Amino acid sequence: MQTLTEHILSIVIFLPLAAGAIILLAPPGANRFFKWFSFVTGVVVFGLSLPLYTGFRSGIAGPQFVEQAPWISLFGQQAIWYRVGVDGISLFLVLLTTFLTPVAILSSWNAITTRQREFYASLLILETGMIGVFAALDMFLFYIFWEAMLIPMYFLIGMWGGPNRVYATIKFILFTMFGSLLMLVAIIALFFVHHRATGVYTFDLFSLYGTPLTGRAEFLMFGAFALAFAIKVPLWPLHTWLPDAHVEAPTAGSVILAGVLLKMGTYGFLRFCLPLFPSASAALVPVIAALAIIGIIYGALVAYAQQDIKRLVAYSSVAHLGFVTLGIFTFSIEGIEGGIVQMVSHGLSTGALFLIVGMIYERRHTRDMSQFGGIWKAMPVFGAFFLIVTLASIGLPGLSGFVGEFLVIVGAYKVSAVYAALAASGVVLAAVYMLWLYQRMMQGPVENPENADLPDLSFREIVVLLPVVALIFLIGVFPRATMLRQMDASVRQTIELVEGRNGLPSRVAESPELPVGRLGCRGTGAWDMDVRGARPRTWMSGAIGFGAVGSQAIGMQPHPNPPLKGEGASPNPPVKVDGDRLLLDFTSASHDAVGNVR
Amino acid sequence: MNHSFVPKAADMLVVGPETIVAAAAMLILLAELMPARISKAAAPWIAALGLLASFIPMTTTGISVRTGFSGMVVTDGFAVLMKAVLAVTGLLTIGFSTHYIKREDLDRAEYYALVLFAISGMMLMASSANLIMVFLSLEILSISLYVLSGFARTQPRSQEASLKYFLLGSFASAFLLYGIALVYGGAGTISLAGIANAIASEGAARNPVLLAGAGLIAVGLGFKVAAVPFQMWTPDVYEGAPSSVTAFMSVGAKAAGFAALARVFLTAFGDIKVDWMPALWAVAALTMIVGNVVAVAQTDIKRMLAYSSIAHAGYILVGLAAANQAGVSALVFYLAAYLFMNLGAWAVVILAGRRGEAGTEIDSYNGLFWRNPGAAAAMGVFMFALAGLPPTGGFMAKFYVFSAALQANMVGLVVIGALTSLVSVYYYARVTVVMFMRDPEPDAAPISTRGLLGVTLAVTAAATIYLGVLPGQLFQLAGLAQIARP
Repeated sequence: MQTLTEHILSIVIFLPLAAGAIILLAPPGANRFFKWFSFVTGVVVFGLSLPLYTGFRSGIAGPQFVEQAPWISLFGQQAIWYRVGVDGISLFLVLLTTFLTPVAILSSWNAITTRQREFYASLLILETGMIGVFAALDMFLFYIFWEAMLIPMYFLIGMWGGPNRVYATIKFILFTMFGSLLMLVAIIALFFVHHRATGVYTFDLFSLYGTPLTGRAEFLMFGAFALAFAIKVPLWPLHTWLPDAHVEAPTAGSVILAGVLLKMGTYGFLRFCLPLFPSASAALVPVIAALAIIGIIYGALVAYAQQDIKRLVAYSSVAHLGFVTLGIFTFSIEGIEGGIVQMVSHGLSTGALFLIVGMIYERRHTRDMSQFGGIWKAMPVFGAFFLIVTLASIGLPGLSGFVGEFLVIVGAYKVSAVYAALAASGVVLAAVYMLWLYQRMMQGPVENPENADLPDLSFREIVVLLPVVALIFLIGVFPRATMLRQMDASVRQTIELVEGRNGLPSRVAESPELPVGRLGCRGTGAWDMDVRGARPRTWMSGAIGFGAVGSQAIGMQPHPNPPLKGEGASPNPPVKVDGDRLLLDFTSASHDAVGNVR
Repeated sequence: MNHSFVPKAADMLVVGPETIVAAAAMLILLAELMPARISKAAAPWIAALGLLASFIPMTTTGISVRTGFSGMVVTDGFAVLMKAVLAVTGLLTIGFSTHYIKREDLDRAEYYALVLFAISGMMLMASSANLIMVFLSLEILSISLYVLSGFARTQPRSQEASLKYFLLGSFASAFLLYGIALVYGGAGTISLAGIANAIASEGAARNPVLLAGAGLIAVGLGFKVAAVPFQMWTPDVYEGAPSSVTAFMSVGAKAAGFAALARVFLTAFGDIKVDWMPALWAVAALTMIVGNVVAVAQTDIKRMLAYSSIAHAGYILVGLAAANQAGVSALVFYLAAYLFMNLGAWAVVILAGRRGEAGTEIDSYNGLFWRNPGAAAAMGVFMFALAGLPPTGGFMAKFYVFSAALQANMVGLVVIGALTSLVSVYYYARVTVVMFMRDPEPDAAPISTRGLLGVTLAVTAAATIYLGVLPGQLFQLAGLAQIARP
C-alpha cells in the first residue's frame, strides 16, 4: 500500500503501457480478452487516478505527488531526471485522459473488427504517452512523451482509419513533427543558456523558469515552442491536418485526438511558453490573440458549411480551441482558468459528439447530414444524449461549456473589449451550426425509409455516454468546487511568473498597492534585495528550487518584522532581514529562485 | 627511439584487437584446407570467437592512453570504443550473413575471412597515429570491401558495384595520398603529433600547402564515409553489392572513416580548427540535405537505405563539425546507435528479400505485417529510430549530436538537421505505411523468421529500444571517448 500511494502517479502513467505490452504478447485472436482486459485496465487506471484528485491539496501552487529519480547524466552532471507531478493545471488534463480512454475503448467494441490486439494495445500505449506529457516536470522527459505518443496515434489513424487514412496519418505526423523538431532545438538551446548562466546542466522545468535570455534568443525560442504548440492546438492557419485526421480516424481515435491530444498544444502554451518566455509571450499577445479569434470565427463558419458530420465537429474543435488559446493569452486569472475549464469541457462534449457520430455511423454507414432527418422518432434515447451534448458544445448555462467560454470572454474583456466582442460572436455562430446540425438530423419528418427503424442505443452505448454527460452537468453546475478551487494557486503562480519579468502591474496581487520588486537568483551565492518601501505585509512568492534535492515550488510570506517565516514542503533558504535589505543565503547549496516581492 | 623490428608485448597490446581479428581471419583461410562442409560450418564460429576475443585487449587497455610501434599507433578511450563498435558490427554481420549467403549461393569460408580482414583494417584506422597508418589501414579495409562487393560473381550488378567501388575508391585513395604528401611538404612530418607540433611552433598553420593537404585528406576520407559531394558511388554500390555486404560497409566503413577523420582533424589539425570548421559545416549541411531529399524519391529499399546512410553521415558530421569533446562523444554514441538500427533494418531487408536479390522494391513490403508480424514490428522500430523518434536510440543519438553542435553555437546547422529529419520522417514512415497499412499481394507467402537471423533481429530491435530508454550508460561511456592529444 505504501508503494502504491508513494508512486501513484508513476503507476497511473505506466500501467497502461504494461497492459499494452501484455496484450501484444498474447496470442492473436483472443479478441474478447483484448477488449475486456484493456477496458478493465482503463477503468482501473481511472480509479487509480482519482486519489490524485481527492488527495489534491488546493492552495498549493507547485506540483504535488512529485516523484523523481535520476535518469540520464550528461556532460558529467545529473542533467536529466525522471520527474513527474501534477499541479492545478495538469491535474484535470491527466484526469481527462484517464477518463476518456476507457470510454474510447468501450466505444470501439463493435466498430473495430480487424487486428484488435494491436488496436487496444495502441490505445493503451497512447494513454501512457498522454498522461506522461501532462505529468512530466523535466523538459527532456516531456519531449520524449510528446514525441513517443505520436507513434500509436499514427498507427490508430493509419491502420483502422477510413479510405483516405494513409494521407491523413502522414499529414498528421509530418505537421506535428515539423513543430516539435524545432522545439527540440529550442529546448537544447535553453539548456545551454541556463548552463551558461548558472553552471548547472538541467532540464528541470522549474529551474529553467526564469533563465535569463536576451531579447532575440527569447523570441526565437518562443517561436519554436509556439509553432509546435500552435500546430497541435491547432491555431489557424496551421489547422489543415485536423479535419483530415478526424475524418479518417476511427471513433476512438477521434475521441482521443479531440479530447486529449489537442489540449497538449494549449497546455504547452500555458506550461512552457508563458513562464519560460514571458516577455515574448506578452509582446506577441496581439498576434496570438488574432490567430485565436480568426480560428474561432473561421472554424465556426467552415463548420457551418460542412455536409459530413465528422468534419463539422472537427472544425468546431478549431473554434473551441481558439477560445482556450485566447483565454490563456489574456494572462488573467479568469481567462486562464476559463481556458482550462474549456479544455476539459471540450474534451467531454466533443469527445461525446464523436462518440455519437460513431454510433450513428455504425448504424447507417454514412456521415452525410442530408441522409438523416427525424432520427429522434426512431432513437429517442440517442436524441436526448445528442441534445445535451449539443447544448454543452454551444455553451448553455448549467453545462460545462458555458463556464469555460464565459470566463474566457471575461478575461478577454479585461484586455480588450474588441477581443471579447469578436470571441462572443463565435459563441453565437456555434449555436447556429450546432443547432442546425441537430435540427437537420434529429427533427422533422422521417424522409429516408432507412432511418425509420434504426435501433436505439444499446446498454453498452448508454454506459459509454452516461458518465460523460454526467460530468458535463457536474462541471457546469459546480465549477468552483470541482475545478476552479484546485487550479487557483497554480494559475496565480503562472501569472506571477509571466508578469514578474515583464514588470507589469500585477493583476492578481492580493495587496495591489505593494509591488516592490522582482527577485531572481541563479546558482550558488548570497542574494540580497532592496525592500525599501515595502509595507509590513511584504511577501514573497514564486518558485524556489533546490538544485540538489530537486525543485519544489513554495510560497512564503516573509514579514520584515517579525523574522521571515517560510511555508512549504522543502527546506527554505535562510532568510534574514537587515534594515531595508532582505537577505537570502544560498551559499550552502545550489539553488534557483525566482519570485516576486510585493 | 626504438627501431628494433621485434614487436614488444606493449606494442602488440595497442593493436591487440585488430591482431586477434586478423589472426581469426587467417585461421579461417587455413580451415579451408579441410573438407568444404567442415570449413563452411566452422568459419562463422571462428569469426565470432575472434571478434569476441578482440574485446579482451580492449578491456585490458581500457581508456588508458598508450602508444606503440614508435608512435605509429595509439590507443585511447576513443580508439577502444570505436573498436568495440566495429566488433559488435562484425558480430551482427555474421548474425545476418549465415542465412543470406546460403540463400544466395555465396556460402564460402573466405566471405568471413574478408569481413574480418576489413574489420581489422577498420580497427587499425581508429588507432592510427600516423598518416601512413591511416592510408595503410584504409587500403586493408577498402580492398577487402572491393572483393566483398563483387562476391556475388554471377550477378552482373554485383560485379558492376565492385568495379565502381574499386575505381572511385582508388581515386579517393589517391586524393588521400596526395594530401599526405602535401602535408609532409608543409609540416615536414606525417606523424599526427609531429604535425600538431609543427602547426603550434613553426607557424605552419598559415602554410597553404598544409591547408591544401588537409583538404585533400578530408576528401579521401569523406569518400569513405559517403559525405556529399563525394557520395556518388554510394547508391549504386549499395544496390548492387550483396545485401549483407552493403549492411556491413554502411556501418563499418563509415565508423572507420569517421574514426580517422576525428583523430586526424582534432589532433593534427586541432589548432587550425577555425580553418576547417566552416568547411565541415557546409559538408555536413549538404550531406544531410542531399541524403534526405534524394531518399524521398527512391522506390527500392536498398537505394533508399543507401541515401539514408548518406543522410546519417551528415548527422555524424554535425558532431565532428562541432569540434569539441561533446562532438566526439556524440559521434561515438551515434555510431553505436546507428549500428543497431541500421543493421537491423538491413536484416529485415535480407529476411524479406528473395533469392537473386529480388524483392527489394519498397512495394514488395506491402502487408509485411500479415506475412511476418515480428519482422514488421522490428522494421517499424528501426524506421522510427532512423527517423529519430523517441523512445529509440536514434532519437538519443540525434539529441546528443545536436547538443554538441549547440554547445559550439552552431544553431543554423542544428536547424538544418532538425528540418532534414522531418524530411526523413516521410520516407521512413512510408515503409511503415506499406508494411502495416496495405494488404499483401494475393500470392505473397508468409515469411518465417528462424535461427540466427531471428536472433539478430531481436537483438538489434531490443538494443535500439534500450538505447532510447536507458541511454545513460552508453552516454557515460561515450563521454570517455577522448582522443589523446599528442
